[in-house]
Amino acid sequence: MSDLALHIPTDVVNGPVSLAFALLAAVLVGVCVVAARRHLDDRLVPLAGLATAFVFAAQMLNFPVAAGVSGHLLGGALAAALLGPWLGALCVTVVVVIQALLFADGAVTALGLNVFNMALVSTFVGYGVLVIALKVLPRTRWGLGAAAFAAAVVSVVAASAGFVLQFWLGGEAVGQSFGAMAAAILGTHVLIGVGEGVITAGAVTAVALARPDLVHALRGTPLARPAALKETA
Amino acid sequence: MSLADGLFRPGDSPLHRLRPQVKITALLAFTCAVAATPREAVWAFGVYALLLAGLFALARVPASWVLTRSLVESPFLVLALAFPFMVEGPEVSLGFLTASTTGLWAGWNLLVKATLGVWAALLLSATTPVAGVLAGLSRLRCPEILLQITAFAIRYAHLTVAEVTQMRLARLARCDDPRFLWQAGALARGLGVVFIRSFERGERVWQSMAARGYTGRLPLEVGPAAASARQWTAALSVPLLVAAIAAYTAVIA
Repeated sequence: MSDLALHIPTDVVNGPVSLAFALLAAVLVGVCVVAARRHLDDRLVPLAGLATAFVFAAQMLNFPVAAGVSGHLLGGALAAALLGPWLGALCVTVVVVIQALLFADGAVTALGLNVFNMALVSTFVGYGVLVIALKVLPRTRWGLGAAAFAAAVVSVVAASAGFVLQFWLGGEAVGQSFGAMAAAILGTHVLIGVGEGVITAGAVTAVALARPDLVHALRGTPLARPAALKETA
Repeated sequence: MSLADGLFRPGDSPLHRLRPQVKITALLAFTCAVAATPREAVWAFGVYALLLAGLFALARVPASWVLTRSLVESPFLVLALAFPFMVEGPEVSLGFLTASTTGLWAGWNLLVKATLGVWAALLLSATTPVAGVLAGLSRLRCPEILLQITAFAIRYAHLTVAEVTQMRLARLARCDDPRFLWQAGALARGLGVVFIRSFERGERVWQSMAARGYTGRLPLEVGPAAASARQWTAALSVPLLVAAIAAYTAVIA
């Protein structure tokens, strides 16, 4: 259950740090609303609503990883690639809030921490990696797939690094074991990230081949086709 | 359980009848008070658990349901179990293991506070319908735009989830045998298709809303109902009691 591991429960991180991250998250979500509204205007509510429903569906999709262990998508990089950073972050934020209030997953006092890691850090870092990778890689389906894969891996690891940072600031003083704990958390999330990356890459290329205009990261330009076949009548 | 209903359990208990904004405030106050209680005050956590158990009984929520749902926090229990061996401090011997006492307290702290937090949140989700939670948040001045997006998301989530399930069934019916990594490709392509469908549905929904005169805000004249002073006192009595215990134990310690 990859995503459950990131929904922080009560008092893992102390009050002042939780409050600081809640304020930071609130400000950033506000910025996302303003930026998303600038692009979408009055289409924002229905489109963001449906996109959030899609992120939900993506997270519902459980796939067996090993005996008894099943993982599911976090969706930060996927949302960023398809919807752009602002709308993507907004959608994942709504998913995290719904999970806390309607499914008791993650504490209300840790909502700021959870939104910061899973919605803001993962989406923005994922988008950043994707944009840079697309500048370097060829704009073909394999180039896009590789970029989406890298973005997903980095975004999952960045989200877990967000937790490690919060724990370092306001968690138990674990002294010298902190390094070991951080390494264990980051290492696990590299593995989770690889799974996430495979699915994200597949989904993003599938959308790019069918409707390139819907992949925000491509900015409206379709993928380069392999040298067009001569049409013979 | 369907996604559109959350974890709501229909009923007619005093807790179901409380206004949602009151319950959300109470949940927040309760969780903060629990977090502020010093870890050494073991008896205080016992009292909190008893209070919650009493409320669950009042709301007619069976204990087995609560325990199954509490499993969401299980990954963090691993961290709680690891603390005794990670945190430095005076060591005690537990049979063949040595653990630090500071670490044992840290593990206990995480275990008990996370569990109480999950139980309190479960109490809210079990007694409040989804629309109620949104109405309560709106009374508490949560930005309307976020609430509208949330309402749309919940309304259409079961549809997209059903679409994903349907595609999986269709794949299985065509002799696909999804296993481990080999399913990733089909899964991902399916997800891409679901995204395109969701986005197109979003555009269609917007067009029909625009055709009915939508200009960016929902024409809702009726706001959610306010809560009476009696409701507030009733709902906040438990968090206040918990806060009093937390303050008492903090001063004693």
